[in-house]
Amino acid sequence: MNVIEILRFAVRGLAANKLRSSLTTLGITIGVGAVILLVAVGSGASAAVEQSIAGLGTNVLTVTRQGGGFGGAGNNSGSTRQLTVDDAKSLVDPLGAPDVQAASPVVSTSATAVYGGFSHDVPQFTGTYPAYFETTNSPLSSGAAFTDDDVTQARRVVVLGATAAQDLFGAEDPLGQQVLVNSIQFTVVGVLASKGANGLQNADDSAVAPLPAVQNSITGYGGLNQIVVQAKSADAVTAAQAEVTAILNARHRIAANRASDFRILNPSQLLAARTETTQTFTVLLGAVAAISLLVGGIGVTNIMLVTVTERIREIGIRKAIGATRSAILGQFLAEATLLSLFGGLLGVAVGVIGSQFRIVGIEPVVAPASIPLAFGVSALIGLFFGSYPASRAASLRPIEALRHE
Amino acid sequence: MSPVIEVVNLQKVYGSGATAVRALRGVDLSVQTGEYLAIMGASGSGKSTLLNLIGCLDVPSGGSYRLDGIDVGSLNERQLSLLRNRKIGFIFQSYNLVPRTSALSNVELPLVYAGLGRKERRLRARAALDLVGLTDRARHLPSELSGGQQQRVAVARALVNAPAIVLADEPTGNLDSESTAEVLAVFDRLNALGRTIVVITHEDDVAWHAQRTVRVTDGRIVSDTALQGAWAAR
Repeated sequence: MNVIEILRFAVRGLAANKLRSSLTTLGITIGVGAVILLVAVGSGASAAVEQSIAGLGTNVLTVTRQGGGFGGAGNNSGSTRQLTVDDAKSLVDPLGAPDVQAASPVVSTSATAVYGGFSHDVPQFTGTYPAYFETTNSPLSSGAAFTDDDVTQARRVVVLGATAAQDLFGAEDPLGQQVLVNSIQFTVVGVLASKGANGLQNADDSAVAPLPAVQNSITGYGGLNQIVVQAKSADAVTAAQAEVTAILNARHRIAANRASDFRILNPSQLLAARTETTQTFTVLLGAVAAISLLVGGIGVTNIMLVTVTERIREIGIRKAIGATRSAILGQFLAEATLLSLFGGLLGVAVGVIGSQFRIVGIEPVVAPASIPLAFGVSALIGLFFGSYPASRAASLRPIEALRHE
Repeated sequence: MSPVIEVVNLQKVYGSGATAVRALRGVDLSVQTGEYLAIMGASGSGKSTLLNLIGCLDVPSGGSYRLDGIDVGSLNERQLSLLRNRKIGFIFQSYNLVPRTSALSNVELPLVYAGLGRKERRLRARAALDLVGLTDRARHLPSELSGGQQQRVAVARALVNAPAIVLADEPTGNLDSESTAEVLAVFDRLNALGRTIVVITHEDDVAWHAQRTVRVTDGRIVSDTALQGAWAAR
């Protein structure tokens, strides 16, 4: 009784009831397909998050005002200072802050841009310094960024984000054109390269102009929304964060034992937190898929139990003509394993093909390890969930099996 | 020459306690190689139980049984399977062919479990089918064969391993007189070739073909007569 004979019997047994076999296979297919696809969606989501955070620049710190607008008019407000342009300038200090490369003051607001007959709401209209482009990793696709001279002269020039430019100008070349931003005329000098949408915010739906021009015509001369700090390198971010904290604490006269009135956002911390979140998400998806695989496995057990009950007489005949316990065990185990292996194979195909499509805005990334894993697990499921029905079949006594009607 | 079947004080009890049924109450029987034995008895007399014990399909509650010199009582499950495969050919009243499997594959089945190669199996299975006159039905499924043909396939399957004994449990019970004659003719031919045959029946004309008749009543052998019927007429 060799392996080929066992497989032949198993295939014949499965072929005898094609509908039942294919439905059981479907259960495993869905389970394995779900594992591969959902894990791919999970890793796709985490890859997207990593990419979007890396897009912000991993060597960038963002300083924002702490508690502004919160806490009402209590004693808190007295101790909370605005971030100022001078704060930003003070951070670029080769002695006090050797790890800081550049610091750009940022004001941002939403504004309505009008060109010709078209009107477009820009959710993020930013006023800043030229260093901002390099710091935030925002290359231009056409034209040029504004210069320090533009800032000093408070020239009303603007660099449009890809989406804003597309909406206002369509196929027309926006360079040199005049747009009205909240009824103030700005000249378009450049267009940003597209960064792609991430999460809630479309980074391309933006516009960047010199800080004084924006304060002058749109936001007024209040405090800054942010200071964007560029560290010398990704490794220097933590040192830079400490230096920035020390300088701003000193400038804002924060006692050593008091909380700062500003907050520093470190993208690598953000990255770690988000990565953790998406990993949890992936594990959760994988767990749900694993449950469906388990249900598929129970389906295999169920159908094998039915098969064994149905074929008790056949088992009796085989035993009467000399089939050993192991021969019967092998036959039914092989049937169960073939069912789930075939299901697993189809499931791998379904999972890999399904991963080629975008799913709820996420580009799935197939984890290479998930394929052999899901396939191996499906084979194990066949062996594990098939072993109970098979051992029941094998332990039948021939005379009892033959008497079964 | 030692007997191929040697049964001493064989007992079989089904169930236990107050509901216990004593199907065999001490049977002594020995069968020589080449004998053609008919076991007769009323339904419930224990004759099928006796045959199942001889065929190693069931285990006795007491007594001893030697088959071809082997003490069956000392064998484990696996060894019993091998014994059934090598030494015994069993024929059932209801044919018991494996469904959805061709006549040839059914006949091959004992050889598969014996571990023979494909070519050898084909050859021997075809020879066995030739012997029962079903050469042209090799590719048919059991559902495409008549009762008599199915029983002849079962006979071929019982023979294919060249067993020490062929056991038949009311082999003609479900057959019309023509098919009965065909099957009995096959048995006669086998016996003439030297096979040991034990057949259970309650039909006198089946027993008439046998060399020796044993009657069983209430789990005991009540008579054992040799050389009747066809044998006496020879």
